Amino acid sequence: MSERVVIVGAGPAGIRAAEVLTQAGLRPTVVDEGMRCGGQIYRRPPEGFTRTAEKLYGFEAEKAQALHASFGRMLAEERLAYCPQSSVLSVAENGLQVLTAAGLHHLAFDRLIIATGATERVAPVEGWESAGVYGLGAMQIALKSQGVALGRRIVLAGSGPLLTLVAAQLLDAGADVATVLDTSSLATQMRGLPLMLARPGLVARGMAMRARLGRRYLAGVRLDRIETSRDGVEAIAWSHRGTSHRTKCDAVGLGWHLRSETQLAGLAGADFRYDDTFAQWLPQADSMGRAGDRLYLAGDGLRLLGADGAQITGRLAASACLKDMGLPFPDMRADLRRMQRLDRFAAGLSRAFPWPAEAVRRLPDEAVVCRCESVTAGALREAVDAGASEANRAKSLSRVGMGRCQGRYCQLAGAEIVAARAGLAVAAVRRLRDQAPVRPAPIGALSSALDPTPAKSPSDVAS
Amino acid sequence: MDVIVIGGGLMGTAASFFLARRGVKVTLIERGRVGSGATIASFGNVRRTGRYLPQLPLAHRSRALWGEAERMLGRDVEFRATGHLRLVFDETGRADMRRFIEAARAWDFEPEEIGQNELRARFPGIGPDAIGASFAEKDGNGNPRLICPAFAAAAQKLGARILEEQEVLEVARTARGFSVTTSAGRHGADILLNTAGAWGAKLAARFGETVPIEARGPQMGVTEPLPYRIAPVVGMWAAGRPNGYLRQVERGNIVFGGGAERTHVDLDRTRYAKADPARLPGQLAALLPLVPALANVSVIRTWSGVEGYVADNLPVMGASATTPGLYHAFGFCGHGFQLGPGVGDVMAELIATGKTDTPIGDFDIARFKGEDAAPIAG
Repeated sequence: MSERVVIVGAGPAGIRAAEVLTQAGLRPTVVDEGMRCGGQIYRRPPEGFTRTAEKLYGFEAEKAQALHASFGRMLAEERLAYCPQSSVLSVAENGLQVLTAAGLHHLAFDRLIIATGATERVAPVEGWESAGVYGLGAMQIALKSQGVALGRRIVLAGSGPLLTLVAAQLLDAGADVATVLDTSSLATQMRGLPLMLARPGLVARGMAMRARLGRRYLAGVRLDRIETSRDGVEAIAWSHRGTSHRTKCDAVGLGWHLRSETQLAGLAGADFRYDDTFAQWLPQADSMGRAGDRLYLAGDGLRLLGADGAQITGRLAASACLKDMGLPFPDMRADLRRMQRLDRFAAGLSRAFPWPAEAVRRLPDEAVVCRCESVTAGALREAVDAGASEANRAKSLSRVGMGRCQGRYCQLAGAEIVAARAGLAVAAVRRLRDQAPVRPAPIGALSSALDPTPAKSPSDVAS
Repeated sequence: MDVIVIGGGLMGTAASFFLARRGVKVTLIERGRVGSGATIASFGNVRRTGRYLPQLPLAHRSRALWGEAERMLGRDVEFRATGHLRLVFDETGRADMRRFIEAARAWDFEPEEIGQNELRARFPGIGPDAIGASFAEKDGNGNPRLICPAFAAAAQKLGARILEEQEVLEVARTARGFSVTTSAGRHGADILLNTAGAWGAKLAARFGETVPIEARGPQMGVTEPLPYRIAPVVGMWAAGRPNGYLRQVERGNIVFGGGAERTHVDLDRTRYAKADPARLPGQLAALLPLVPALANVSVIRTWSGVEGYVADNLPVMGASATTPGLYHAFGFCGHGFQLGPGVGDVMAELIATGKTDTPIGDFDIARFKGEDAAPIAG
């Protein structure tokens, strides 16, 4: 029997990985949370929705359609097994715990390719815990999937390519985008430009999109606070060139470039290092995506190279997988060469649209850092003063990172605050240990599952 | 007199605090961070029901200290005397419960028996299939994440030295007492207190003392927050069933444990224990009879830690049988959380005065004299 390969994620990386494996005659299993393939960037609306690919994906329409079609063919020809609307909760011995609509399944694998993508990277702003504040990615998903603009009068704030893109897409869809506030100054953006010119076409496209925003777009903005009432967002207060401004709105979209989704990779045994370029913890892998014993990573969950990079790293991971199985594998030299260009561009992007470390470090004590557990910056600083200069200890004492999101949306900001208070480099604060389940796991679904390894004997009386 | 304490779990940090409070010069050496071994994985149960009866005097002493913890340590360690409710699901369980209640009276512990109707009236929603329960109203729960840092900080304020992230490399007898070499330097003292938890037997073995111990990791987890409705710690007179237990914290999350076999931890290969996701479904099935409404709630996090289980399921506590000046308090077999403050206080008393009125003879390390040094199998 040939080895069982499981791919987690049906975005560009997962689809291309599946392609390479099926071409080699394997029949991988693809597990994905989406209703349909495509991941986030090439997310598809539900069946029967009528917005065209050109409307949904713009310049990327052809690439999106090609990926969807490729996956559709593999599916139609039954060359892969597909588990849509399924969440991987954790990695158990040689298998995944997968939660589907029908309940919990144990999915055994011999080799695992993880392509879990990224989310927008959110930094706390005073008031961000209010209803009406969304991640930029969430705003884009609502638009792409359902044709919905979240908010009647929207302000987008943060930095990165997604900021401009979501603004342009919302405008195209007829939404009222009041203003677009970029915390990166034009001078900072220019510093990233030389590296970004590794992909001049993308730069030109970004600039054209930016131009369409006109005077709505402002660079070098400081976000002061999101003003809220019981009904949600009322306005956002911000400063520009020393002058304070207030923009009335009922929705704010926040995001500073992207954050790799790495928790599953961590549970599967990947090691991590703090990456200064991307200003976050990233899993360590070789140039092909090998991250451990029979473990491969691809796509934005490996590092943030965008959809084109994800397609390549997906192919690389599958190729490495074939090679390690002793099977014929495709020549990846051309792909590896293209990666250098993508890496230069990605480094330029990170330099042009940086994580707002200083603003996070200066958050007032009353600002909430951890939204799940409602922990303020002040409470976190108190925990540091009580001896918590390491991320896991700070979590233990302050509860930052203990909530439903498992620290996804507060870990980076929390680490900045701890580092500033303790006088450490942010990498020295270390990374939160990964704890299963990756997604909140409903007890009813779990307990009714056929347990593959039930407790052999009643446990002892100790408690 | 000066003391080196090896192991910064609950026993070590509590002992350091009580020693420092007696004016003894203390140095606590911990390989990682205080409280990150067994304590962090504790369920947080401050319970006396179901304990080995001769342990109750120690448990009473500890319970009194839990009540004073906030005042004593200068911070809230979230001890709440919300009561400990233990459900009965069948006649065997009821017989076990009654036997315990009857016998515990002689040890000054009197949990009440609650009938089925009273259980429904007083604790709606809890154990609808239970036929009765015991309730110990003065017991409750505390926060395992907070207790060790609190003891360590309070000890430090009293002059104790708390050395974290220092691995003990060598321990030797000297003319004066003991010399301990760590990854960061050398320390000397008259007295050595071994509170190294699951690693305690390895340290004892250096002094020719054998303790059959096995390291295991409990399966712990917590749900998303819910309205605060379950005040007492809820457990069961398992009587052969998978023995689950849970408690709701004031923030609303429900912490749970039990109902699944603990994992084996190979101390030669790792310092950490991991929760095994494969055991979670069975564990949750064991928990549901306690509060069936949990079926609609989600688990958001799981964890484990390294606990030391001694062959006879009792801890090792007291003076060394081979080496003057050496003391032990380790191997609490997953039931040390309630005992911790009391163990620290008793060990400090024993070291400072040479005696204690609290009976701990059953936990003497000499009980294993002459036994094979091989660890017991799981």
